Amino acid sequence: MSDMKDARIWKFGDDIDTDAIIPGRFLTIYDPKELASHAFEGTRDEFSRDAKQGDVIVGGRNFGCGSSREHAPIALKGAGIEMVIAKSFARIFYRNCINTGLLPVVCPEADKISEDDTITPHLDEGYIEVSGKKFATEPVPEFLSKIIEAGGLVEYAKGIDEVETCIK
Amino acid sequence: MTKTITEKIFSRKCGCDVSAGEMRVVPVDAAMVHDITGPLAVNMFHRMKGEKVFDPEKIIMIFDHQVPADSITAAENHIMMREFAKEQGIYNYDVKEGICHQVALETGKIMPGDIVVGVDSHTCTYGAVGAFSTGIGSTDMGFVLRFGALYFRIPESVRIEADGKFAPRVGAKDLIMKTIGDIGADGATYRAVEFTGQAFEEMEIPGRMTCCNMAIEMGGKAGIVPPDEKTRKWLSKYGDVDAAKPGSFDLKADEGAAYAGKVEYDVGDLVPQVAVPHNVDNVVDIDEVEGTHLDQVFIGSCTNGRFEDFAEAAEVMGDMNFSPDVRVIAIPASRTEYLKCLRAGIIEKFVEAGALFEAPCCGPCMGGAFGLIGVEEVSLSTSNRNFRGRQGSTKGEVYLCSPATAAASAIKGEIADPREM
Repeated sequence: MSDMKDARIWKFGDDIDTDAIIPGRFLTIYDPKELASHAFEGTRDEFSRDAKQGDVIVGGRNFGCGSSREHAPIALKGAGIEMVIAKSFARIFYRNCINTGLLPVVCPEADKISEDDTITPHLDEGYIEVSGKKFATEPVPEFLSKIIEAGGLVEYAKGIDEVETCIK
Repeated sequence: MTKTITEKIFSRKCGCDVSAGEMRVVPVDAAMVHDITGPLAVNMFHRMKGEKVFDPEKIIMIFDHQVPADSITAAENHIMMREFAKEQGIYNYDVKEGICHQVALETGKIMPGDIVVGVDSHTCTYGAVGAFSTGIGSTDMGFVLRFGALYFRIPESVRIEADGKFAPRVGAKDLIMKTIGDIGADGATYRAVEFTGQAFEEMEIPGRMTCCNMAIEMGGKAGIVPPDEKTRKWLSKYGDVDAAKPGSFDLKADEGAAYAGKVEYDVGDLVPQVAVPHNVDNVVDIDEVEGTHLDQVFIGSCTNGRFEDFAEAAEVMGDMNFSPDVRVIAIPASRTEYLKCLRAGIIEKFVEAGALFEAPCCGPCMGGAFGLIGVEEVSLSTSNRNFRGRQGSTKGEVYLCSPATAAASAIKGEIADPREM
């Protein structure tokens, strides 16, 4: 993860849908940088202009609801975002983050974070430090940790020849 | 141990007892890819050192979001997908067939108790025939194409029990919108939504598809209606139901199975529902929004693009024409449904009344192709999402409703109660 000292926090509310993150008309594009140039187009136009490597998105409840479009986490990664903190995530978006290597952090107190705060993650210890205060984060399930450790599902898949099914 | 229908499906597949909360790598019975998220899935398959897909017979490829190709990049994506299908021996349902979820069920390859994944969030539609089906991302699909399996967290279930009989001009779409409004857009996150009760038992498969389709709009991982004789009869039009795994049509939850939540309805009390911009759970009774000015009405999508939807709309229309101030776009969900409308004289009726009746596809639903709305325009739609910018301009507005409400409103040029037509 990049040095977070200069990281800007981009704060969003509840129910941020994938149409807001990347509108449907850009889904023929797959290049992360090009997708990033349209991220939040029409809903928060300064994002694609000003977001830089290491910035953090903070959302409320149900972040990433809507379409299964993986273009959404790819666009955010293309814009330099490495971590999204939210009170809760929509299921498909959460999986897509894990699979593509964008870190989703569930933090029940995410709505108390403001854009003026500074964030230092201590995820192994189960919290993030927000301007000196400790906010608990939920651990990532063990199986998903393996995928994150591998660097995403592509890297995980490269390391195996076949998948053993119905095992824990 | 008592189990939900979802736990039973996973236990059957795993060959051992599994319960909600467990994480398992499970083989899939079918995998659906379409033209928007499919190209990225193919790319991921290759990046995972994939050479041959796990089983071409179990992969259902369908072009529906941008058909016929509406841009050069869309055309190039189609070419890439066609070449992949040819090289791998996958049958491709090309631009003429219709919307992925409708067409996938019409292939007859999906049976009750199957586990199906698709690169589209509305893959949960297949729960209408008693399958456990769920939307996944493109990297997940790359993994499925290669290995024929995927990691799942077996979900808890919420039970929606609906009894009673619908009043005239009120139906499945009103019920599912009411439920989403009550439960909230994240009320069933990570959970399977199990639909039961007299209203679902009496509901035909198209209505069940409408309800399961929108399970994702409350965060659901899947929507599922226990299969029955109606399911068998509907599927037998498309596939070999006798080849389904033994017991497939008898799957249901055990008495006393544990649910994360239960909601009960008497559908007899239900009135037409409308979802107000810009969230699917902003649901109100129709009297709160009657008279809202409209620029466009869209009848179609994987939620409500079936013959029964157009037949109901036609019944509401009677001999009346659509308001000249409203653009009416009607799009059936598949070639099969299109032909049914054609043979019943419904297309003629719609065109005479002033509609654009298009060939089967997703149309304006996702805002990627044609039929988009401009700044400050208002659309009333039978589709499943009213997110800001979903059907065009982020400064436009999308309301959601049933086909009956859409038809009544298209005639009046403003949101109107179909019970009064």
